[in-house]
Amino acid sequence: MTKEEFNPKILGFLCNWCCYAAADAAGVSRYQYPPNLRTIRVMCTGRIDPSFILQGFAEGAAGIFTGG
Amino acid sequence: MVDAYNEGLAITRPIHIDYPQAVPATYFIDPNACLHLKHGTCKICVPVCRSHAIDFSQQPIERNLHIGAVILSPGFGKIPEEAMLKYNYGKHPDIVTSIEFERLLNPSGPFQGEVRCLSDKRHPHKIAFIQCVGSRDIGCNNGYCSSVCCMYAIKEAMVAKEHDPDCEITIFYMDMRTQGKDFDAARIRAEEQFGIKFVRARVADVMPWGKNLKLTYSTLGESHHFEAFDMVVLSVGLDSPKNAKEFARIADIELNNYEFCKTDSFAPLKTSRDGVFVAGAFQGPKDIPESVTQSSAAAGIASALIKQQRGAGVVHKSYPEEQQVGSEDEVRIGVFVCRCGINIASTVDVPNVVDYAGNMENVVFFSDSLYSCSQDAQEVIKDKIKKHKLNRIVMAACSPRTHEPLFQETLKDAGLNRSLFEMVNIRDQCSWVHANEPEEATRKSRDLVRMGVAKARLSRPLPEQTVPVMPQALIIGGGVAGLTAAENLANQGFHCYLVEKNDRVGGHATNMQDTLQGENTGKMMRELISRVEAHEKIEVMTGSELVAVNGFVGNFSSVIKTVKGKKESELTVDHGVVIVATGGREHRPDKYLLGQVKKVVTQKELESQLAGKAKDRAPDSVVMIQCAGSRGDDLKYCSKVCCNTAVKNALRIKEINPESQVIVLYRDMRTYGYSEDAYRQAREKGVVFIPYEVDHKPEVEKKGGKVNVNFFDPILREEISLSPELIVLSVGIVPEDTENLSKLLKIPINENKFYLEAHVKLRPVELAVDGVYVCGLAHSPKPLDEIIVQAQAAAAKASIPLVKGCVSVEPIVSNVDKDMCIGCSICASLCPYQAISMVKQEDGKKKAETIAASCKGCGICASRCPTFAISMGGFTREQIGAQIRAFGEIGQ
Repeated sequence: MTKEEFNPKILGFLCNWCCYAAADAAGVSRYQYPPNLRTIRVMCTGRIDPSFILQGFAEGAAGIFTGG
Repeated sequence: MVDAYNEGLAITRPIHIDYPQAVPATYFIDPNACLHLKHGTCKICVPVCRSHAIDFSQQPIERNLHIGAVILSPGFGKIPEEAMLKYNYGKHPDIVTSIEFERLLNPSGPFQGEVRCLSDKRHPHKIAFIQCVGSRDIGCNNGYCSSVCCMYAIKEAMVAKEHDPDCEITIFYMDMRTQGKDFDAARIRAEEQFGIKFVRARVADVMPWGKNLKLTYSTLGESHHFEAFDMVVLSVGLDSPKNAKEFARIADIELNNYEFCKTDSFAPLKTSRDGVFVAGAFQGPKDIPESVTQSSAAAGIASALIKQQRGAGVVHKSYPEEQQVGSEDEVRIGVFVCRCGINIASTVDVPNVVDYAGNMENVVFFSDSLYSCSQDAQEVIKDKIKKHKLNRIVMAACSPRTHEPLFQETLKDAGLNRSLFEMVNIRDQCSWVHANEPEEATRKSRDLVRMGVAKARLSRPLPEQTVPVMPQALIIGGGVAGLTAAENLANQGFHCYLVEKNDRVGGHATNMQDTLQGENTGKMMRELISRVEAHEKIEVMTGSELVAVNGFVGNFSSVIKTVKGKKESELTVDHGVVIVATGGREHRPDKYLLGQVKKVVTQKELESQLAGKAKDRAPDSVVMIQCAGSRGDDLKYCSKVCCNTAVKNALRIKEINPESQVIVLYRDMRTYGYSEDAYRQAREKGVVFIPYEVDHKPEVEKKGGKVNVNFFDPILREEISLSPELIVLSVGIVPEDTENLSKLLKIPINENKFYLEAHVKLRPVELAVDGVYVCGLAHSPKPLDEIIVQAQAAAAKASIPLVKGCVSVEPIVSNVDKDMCIGCSICASLCPYQAISMVKQEDGKKKAETIAASCKGCGICASRCPTFAISMGGFTREQIGAQIRAFGEIGQ
């Protein structure tokens, strides 16, 4: 499968204190990663209601990433 | 006229703002270029200024202030041009100083951040950095090391490589002095990841040669080399301020022999005059984190001195009355997209994102901004809020983790509740991580802005809450750091509990004899301990440790366990802040036969031996091995103090036994700052310093009755084997156990097990948890004077909430809708912070209630509530749902 064909939409929920901070740190260190992720910052992954995940898939997410 | 801020490399107007982030960001008239001030003509600016802000009749005025303490922070001066003449500076435009090169790299610089030769604007393919220009140079009376140049050269080289990955960069150095916390990691990254070349050599000459510059240099033990470069950067040192003598005369303070402020190691910020303190590079060349640390420390010392006057003359900031924003009011969103110089704009098509935002429902204002965080940008935001009656602001810029408070303050200044602000991260999590995919990065920025706007539509003003602070401090660790911090806080008037696990306070510093500068450490420690033990506001708890901690900034409650003989007791103390000063200890590597043969000792053991009375305490032949077990070995890092200790002990040996042959095998001698003087002195006294390479380390072996040191001498270019009387290892420093406390206090540690500060440059003594501070060896290895300053800084920072008397609670806490709550208490049982209590209502039924001060806003309660009775401030179900829906619009 070539890169052009597979271009998934990924929805991410990032914990403010760890994963969101890590994503900032990745930027500061200029690490490069594919631009397929769209993120929602939460104050803790504990905030993620299971329905958010289902809603994400219903809205067309190919995958959902939770970082916490 | 030439732009002085850009080192004369660009031009500017006689009326200008120095640079985008200048404070205050106000235009000023340069008297050296103004036709009126110079020639009495023109004055055209007066009538054209609509706000009548130009008044040429103003004269300098002298004012008398009655003050209790003075802090001097005039910074540093420039290296004289004569020191650069030997490198033909000024004879060719492509020989530049590192300060000029810094401007060339900067987006607000002469070429908007593109690296170009000043001669013909071409992109340089080969750049050379020459280190130690105007430093470690007795020719220009700058015998000291400027401490910062190695690190800034690495940074500049890496940034230049980011601009142009094909550019070849070589750094010519004597010793790479990357001794600071995690600095060695940057040096390794520069070499391995960026391909920057490091060459240990002395540059003899820089010669213009056609379009290029020819460098003549000699490496150790080899003949001369010639190499052509497009550009040569002189890594200039930090000189004393230009007017240091005059400054010293006015302040009536003494200077040292290099015309920096004279201080001593045990009171590093105290000048020769009582009540006058110093902070920053005027105390000695130093980098930003150390300058910031010193400034906090100086403020803390001054604050203790004038504590009776605390609060007098304070003007409380007042905010305009908050505009009421109800759910029925029209939503009027303003979207600002930050360029962040070129940080965002070089990747993301900012105008495209701005236009896209403009087409969204409820967005009534949209604009870009060069630096949204600059002071003038705040004025613009306030102005736009008023002009367009904005009641929601979406800022697409960097991370809310660093910049949200700044913009929220701007909203408050404009009469808007700060919860009506939403930040979209298109720098750290977009432009920087998709640097090679501008189209995708632009698309992602548009999506993130759309999601942010969707969330902002549903933002509501949230109430501000404050909780009182317990004005007491808990200090963990009774070494020099903990003692100093306790004394400072107690002098500021706050009660301190000083917890020390051993039976006595003082830590490792009590075993030290003297400093490299010859000051008596033992005497200083005895005095410090007796002052602390006698202080009425300090409760010293030896044989004690922290076993549990609850609460949050302003209201911690900790359990301290004390063991005295067989008696064990526990005490609960309430306190508002915690200072972590748990220290470090000598690392004993299982190498070089340490611990196996008597002839191999550590520098610490040698120091004790030299302080003794034995006649043969300074043997006739000594070999010292630097970085034993450090810098990529057992320990990844440099321990900062070992080179100084080695030089100190070598000098002491030479003092006791001048005939002794002392050889120091080293990788880089890191005698930074004024310690360079001692290094030079050691060489003059005949101590031999021989460098070794990391892939060719010295070896210690036992052969027959002898213990041999084998090493390669790069000047003789042969393997040498010696059998000295004593082999001394310069071993590193490891932190005392940090993992346990890290879990108790929920504070992060780095890969080397030292505590990780909240921000390396801006918050160097604060930890990620509010109200918890760090100092001393628990933060990183450092010498005594730096530990003392850091402890004073931690105390100064810790005193801020204690002085304030209250802390404000972030409005992100949970909120229970009592009508919807069925009293199931699932939330109360799941809350990790005990922040929900079940309270009996009038009808006898129990309902959940949030204890705002304990709530961290994690939202576990909200996501588990079966009736959706709990909402989170700023992260409501509706808001997150709207973000997910907006996510679904990708590609539509």
